[in-house]
Amino acid sequence: MILVKDNRCDFCGTCVAVCPVDAIELREADISIIHDTCIDCDICVWVCPIKVLSSDKPEEVKND
Amino acid sequence: MTDYDVIVVGGGPAGSMAAEAAAKGGAKTLMLEKDRDIGYPVRCGEGVGAAGLRKFIEPDPKWIATTISKVRMRSPDNTQVDFGLANAGYVLHRRLFDYELANRAGQAGAEIQTRAYVDGLIMENDAVCGVKYQYMGEQRSLRAKLVIAADGVESRVGRMAGMRTATKLKDMDSGYQATVGNIDVDQEMIDFYNGDVWAPGGYLWIFPKGDGMANIGLGVNGKYAHECHPHDMIHGFLDKYFPKARILTSVCGGIPVAKTLKLITSNGLMLTGDAARMVNPVTGGGIITGMVGGQLAGQVAAESIQSGDVTVSGMADYPKRWHKAEGKGHEAFYRIAQGIAEITDDQLNKIAHRLVKTPSDKLSLLKIFTAVAREKPGILLDVTRAFAGV
Ligand SMILES: Cc1cc2nc3c(=O)[nH]c(=O)nc-3n(C[C@H](O)[C@H](O)[C@H](O)COP(=O)(O)OP(=O)(O)OC[C@H]3O[C@@H](n4cnc5c(N)ncnc54)[C@H](O)[C@@H]3O)c2cc1C
Ligand code: SF4
Ligand code: SF4
Repeated sequence: MILVKDNRCDFCGTCVAVCPVDAIELREADISIIHDTCIDCDICVWVCPIKVLSSDKPEEVKND
Repeated sequence: MTDYDVIVVGGGPAGSMAAEAAAKGGAKTLMLEKDRDIGYPVRCGEGVGAAGLRKFIEPDPKWIATTISKVRMRSPDNTQVDFGLANAGYVLHRRLFDYELANRAGQAGAEIQTRAYVDGLIMENDAVCGVKYQYMGEQRSLRAKLVIAADGVESRVGRMAGMRTATKLKDMDSGYQATVGNIDVDQEMIDFYNGDVWAPGGYLWIFPKGDGMANIGLGVNGKYAHECHPHDMIHGFLDKYFPKARILTSVCGGIPVAKTLKLITSNGLMLTGDAARMVNPVTGGGIITGMVGGQLAGQVAAESIQSGDVTVSGMADYPKRWHKAEGKGHEAFYRIAQGIAEITDDQLNKIAHRLVKTPSDKLSLLKIFTAVAREKPGILLDVTRAFAGV
């Protein structure tokens, strides 16, 4: 699952642009992950310029 | 019954140009912007070429921060290659510039709503027939003959119609910029720091904004963003090189350094600007290309509405005209960007050591990129094409 540090987000939309399944909802000052749609690919985690997003997967699984 | 001929989603440069052109072409037009304020926050270095800008609007001191006549290209080891620009450039106050473009759209007859977040499309028989949106917390919907998605890097409106707009990680630069005060930099020079030491897979820029201020930002390739952390890199850079600089604003932003989408229309829908991936993949510049795309979209939208055919084939002139105006050059720039990505910091240093011996009046962007292309002969032809006259 993708975790969001809400109060850190700058609402820039970069993560939205790379999400392959459109699982991120972004308004003027509000971001949320649509967990039912999310496929846990972590691409959004990689691209965010200020590390707002993180994955709760354990490290070993992540490196698969 | 439709409420509007054209609804434009997004009030950036591409959206405003599209709304203006559609309204001028006689279409009843509405532009929706999710933020409360057109042009803010400014997620942009604000640099543009004068020639590109002049095609659309006469430069106005109100929204021009500085006039640029010189370029400095730095290598990874900080060798500085300086030269003059054949065609001048500007650093804009985009907050005011975007306002002006939206104002012109309004003067041409387009209606505008801010705080209007589009969260769905009205679809019938595989065609877009309007938008669903939230206006100050209230759910609304409006029917239109044609929707123009100018919703920027996120490009979700296209996805709502089933188009594939998601950008690959390797085609997205992850950016961070600080607008700083109390800094002493040449107000006529834009300064680029190239190489992985400054910005892995991208570059760092200093664009002067007048009165001792400057935009200092960087874009790193999406693949490296998590490990190198653009935010920390800018703060580290400022601490080391400009300890007296004071941050006045800081923003994040994504720069799609991708090829324009193969499909930029669907029945009843056009994509334009960042949403269609029209940014120059080498420079990351997307203001002017977005204006080019937006204006073309608006013009063809008005024509298609007049002819009564807003299907993909009825709007075929839009991708055609985009390709003619920018498309070929854009694809050359994309190939150049792929070539440059493989050049190592050592190679960049060597190139800079050679170039620094050339008198600066003999240097130009074409010369610089030709020197770079010598390391990657595959892109030489593209460089000659893309930078001729720059
Ligand atoms: C850090 C950084 C530096 C840059 N530096 C430069 C530079 O120096 N020079 C240059 O030429 N380019 C630069 N660019 C690129 C440039 O900013 C963009 O290419 C340009 O803004 C694209 O214009 P646009 O109109 O397509 O999109 P935008 O300007 O992003 O406008 C899109 C608008 O749509 C709105 N919107 C989005 N979704 C919705 C929705 N669902 N409903 C309603 N409204 C919506 C957004 O709020 C936004 O206002 C930079 C980009 C970044 C991130
Ligand atoms: S990329 Fe990061 S800062 Fe930007 S909207 Fe996504 S989570 Fe927020
Ligand atoms: S993990 Fe992948 S699918 Fe889930 S929100 Fe992030 S980018 Fe989208």
